[in-house]
Amino acid sequence: MIRIDKGLFDEMVAHGLSNLPNEACGVLAGKEGRPVKFFPMTNADGSPLTYRFEPKESLRVWNEIEDEGFEQLAIFHTHTHTEAYPSVTDRKRAMWADSDQPSFPDTYYLIVSLEDRAAPVLRAFRILDGGAVSEEDVTIG
Amino acid sequence: MSEPIRVKLPTILRKHAGGEPLVDAEGSTVRELLSDLESRYPGITKNVVTPEGGLHRFVNVYVNDEDVRYLGSLETNVQNGDTVSILPAVAGG
Repeated sequence: MIRIDKGLFDEMVAHGLSNLPNEACGVLAGKEGRPVKFFPMTNADGSPLTYRFEPKESLRVWNEIEDEGFEQLAIFHTHTHTEAYPSVTDRKRAMWADSDQPSFPDTYYLIVSLEDRAAPVLRAFRILDGGAVSEEDVTIG
Repeated sequence: MSEPIRVKLPTILRKHAGGEPLVDAEGSTVRELLSDLESRYPGITKNVVTPEGGLHRFVNVYVNDEDVRYLGSLETNVQNGDTVSILPAVAGG
């Protein structure tokens, strides 16, 4: 179960909308399971169909999260024309280097669908061994 | 002889190194460093280097703050005092 402040949710949606027509991505840092800061990331793929954190930004944010004593609570991305559910690509790329082990078993994956621009839909998941998907409760506010 | 270099491991690989986030390795290039790491912690670099000898598309390796893809990839030189970081490329569709 993850509870996200309205302010952080609005930041994620704003980042998503500003990246259209492409997918947007980012990291939600947390402290003791509670989201504290959203790091918008550059989508290095620059694509409406895929995302990839820009590598240098990714390292910088990683180090900052560690230095601040935060945890990487969630990885966020948008779907521009489909529902907020992990795609085959999402599940495949969540695995470490072609193994059946997820790179981030303890991190939530937050997907915001912008299919209806005026009514973004947020859902939360974990991606587990072999790319299995577990939907998690998420509340805003 | 090359000197030890610090390697920062992603969480997923720490189990190979007794849970350590930072380990030492030796080598004069990233490729040699990964090979040394593998000999110290068997299995740790599995699939990081592809069968063709390149860096896996969804693994990022940095020398200090630089992505090795913009340097010399696996042939990038490393030296004493460098920190090499390995991170999963965060990606999806």
